[in-house]
Amino acid sequence: MADIVLENLKKSYGNTDVVHGISGQINDGEFVVVVGASGCGKSTLLRMLAGLETVTAGEIRIDGKRVNELEPSERDIAMVFQNYALYPHMTVFENMAYSLKIQGKSRAQIKETVQAAAEILEITPYLDRKPRQLSGGQRQRVAMGRAIVRQPKAFLFDEPLSNLDAKLRVQMRVEIKQLQRRLGTTSVYVTHDQVEAMTLGDRLMVLNAGRVEQFGAPIDLYEQPQTQFVAGFIGSPSMNFFKTTVIDNGATLRVGQQTNIQLQTNLQANDAEVTAGIRPEHLFLTDDGVFEIELLLQEHLGAETLLHATLSDSGQAITVLVPGYQQFEPNARLKVGYQPDKVHVFGDDGARLG
Amino acid sequence: MMVERRPMSDFLAHAGLIVSVLLIAFPVWVAFVAATHDATRMTQVPLPLWPGDHLWENLKTVFLTGYTGSSAGVPMWLTLTNSMVMALSIATGKIIISLIAAFAVVYFRFPFRMFFFWLIFVTLMLPVEVRILPTYEVVANLGMLNSYAGLSIPLIASATATFMFRQVFLTIPEEMLESARMDGAGPLRFFWDILLPLSRTNIAALFVILFTYGWNQYLWPLLVTTEPNMTTIVMSIRQMLAAAEQSPQWNLIMMTSLLAMLPPLLVVVVMQRLFVKGLTETDK
Repeated sequence: MADIVLENLKKSYGNTDVVHGISGQINDGEFVVVVGASGCGKSTLLRMLAGLETVTAGEIRIDGKRVNELEPSERDIAMVFQNYALYPHMTVFENMAYSLKIQGKSRAQIKETVQAAAEILEITPYLDRKPRQLSGGQRQRVAMGRAIVRQPKAFLFDEPLSNLDAKLRVQMRVEIKQLQRRLGTTSVYVTHDQVEAMTLGDRLMVLNAGRVEQFGAPIDLYEQPQTQFVAGFIGSPSMNFFKTTVIDNGATLRVGQQTNIQLQTNLQANDAEVTAGIRPEHLFLTDDGVFEIELLLQEHLGAETLLHATLSDSGQAITVLVPGYQQFEPNARLKVGYQPDKVHVFGDDGARLG
Repeated sequence: MMVERRPMSDFLAHAGLIVSVLLIAFPVWVAFVAATHDATRMTQVPLPLWPGDHLWENLKTVFLTGYTGSSAGVPMWLTLTNSMVMALSIATGKIIISLIAAFAVVYFRFPFRMFFFWLIFVTLMLPVEVRILPTYEVVANLGMLNSYAGLSIPLIASATATFMFRQVFLTIPEEMLESARMDGAGPLRFFWDILLPLSRTNIAALFVILFTYGWNQYLWPLLVTTEPNMTTIVMSIRQMLAAAEQSPQWNLIMMTSLLAMLPPLLVVVVMQRLFVKGLTETDK
């Protein structure tokens, strides 16, 4: 159990900078999810934490101790790999026992530890099997078991659920969360799936092109995204963005010709081009709505209906999430209103305004 | 598309296979028949096609006393032992050295790594026959003539096996190495605990090939051994044919040939089971 501190962490391969200075603190017992599109440097960050990649600049401290120069095994951390990386020629028991064996633990001790871990993960009946005789979910459990037996200071997860089918993924997600709560071990979890990120993390670190966009609790990221990237990345279906002009001395945003969005707090700018963001779930159908939309496509999800449309006057794309099953004429023209307290404004550089 | 079952094509296919088997097996049969007759019968025409009753006698002669007509009458238990030691040393030596070389080339970053890899690879163009004079010189100067070391060591370095193990190691996912590093396994432990077991089937397959290669060596043993008690079985067959003062005793020669075929055959049969078993459980 320990906290992890990242200080201006950088990584370059030759002249290519992959990670441009990441700082942050992961508290003791916290579950932090690092999330971002592929190629944003999230796996590199995790591998630097693990010691599988060297650190170009900056410092990593685990439990107050600088670990930059330490071998992976000396950092007292355990990692769960995307493809599990189980040793195919060893049984489940041997897989889980391997690190303990190397540490020179006694046979009885190894047996006890492995069996305790197997019980937690409910894989006791499979201890004598080889990995190839297990299903994906079972292999995943073994991979976690291998991490647990070492009782490390921190768990590192590298997209551990991406090889599982959708249903199993949800189930394992819950199990990982429960396991982490139960053990109270500091965890860093890398994923590109924002649903996984929102549900698992105590806090999320959103990465984009090797930089931290925002680092905070899931609900803060959802409600107060600090950048346009975070706003678009967190939440599904993703947020609508409209090109707008500031008018009325910062009190109103104009979309297209005559559609006005009233702001609750005035902007310090006038006449500037800014981006307005409203989530599909914060839009609703109403006869006196300010947006007039032209329907392109309806997606029926059962509990709700997702409408893909364009704004009639400016042709900008918009998606609206409406409750229940609703059927409209193709190319129907509808009026849409918005919740005024759920409007986000972003400047040219993508940073949040107001 | 399913392959249709037609009785006629089935019949033709089987007939073709049976004829081929007979064609290949016939010389072996002739050799076997020859090994069961006495020397006089083998000089008469027509040659016998059915076994005679001198099998045990011939076996005892070649095995215990050797080919009597030749000056270098070395009993076969000795030539078999020599061949066995040589073939085993070559096969295991090649495998061990190639495994280590491939391990170094694939998993370590050292200066001129690729240069060394290509250096090894280039030796493919230098088989024993090409470098036979300098190699002989070196072996002679080291005093290894007429020894098992002289028979096997010069043949041990192998670019083919190194290359093959390199390819095998490259198919093992990177995560396996990373996982082992996280578990605290050093390079040697990783080699011993992970790489070796994962290449087990490839080692078995290579052993079959290399053992046969070592067993069939002829030119090199002929050069580096002059003493009769270092004769290998393949050499001994030729020496029997070269016996000057009388016509070749075909019954004994064929008996020797048959027995010379046995060990490689045994290796193939035994290892094949492991080989096939390994092939059906590929999960790297």
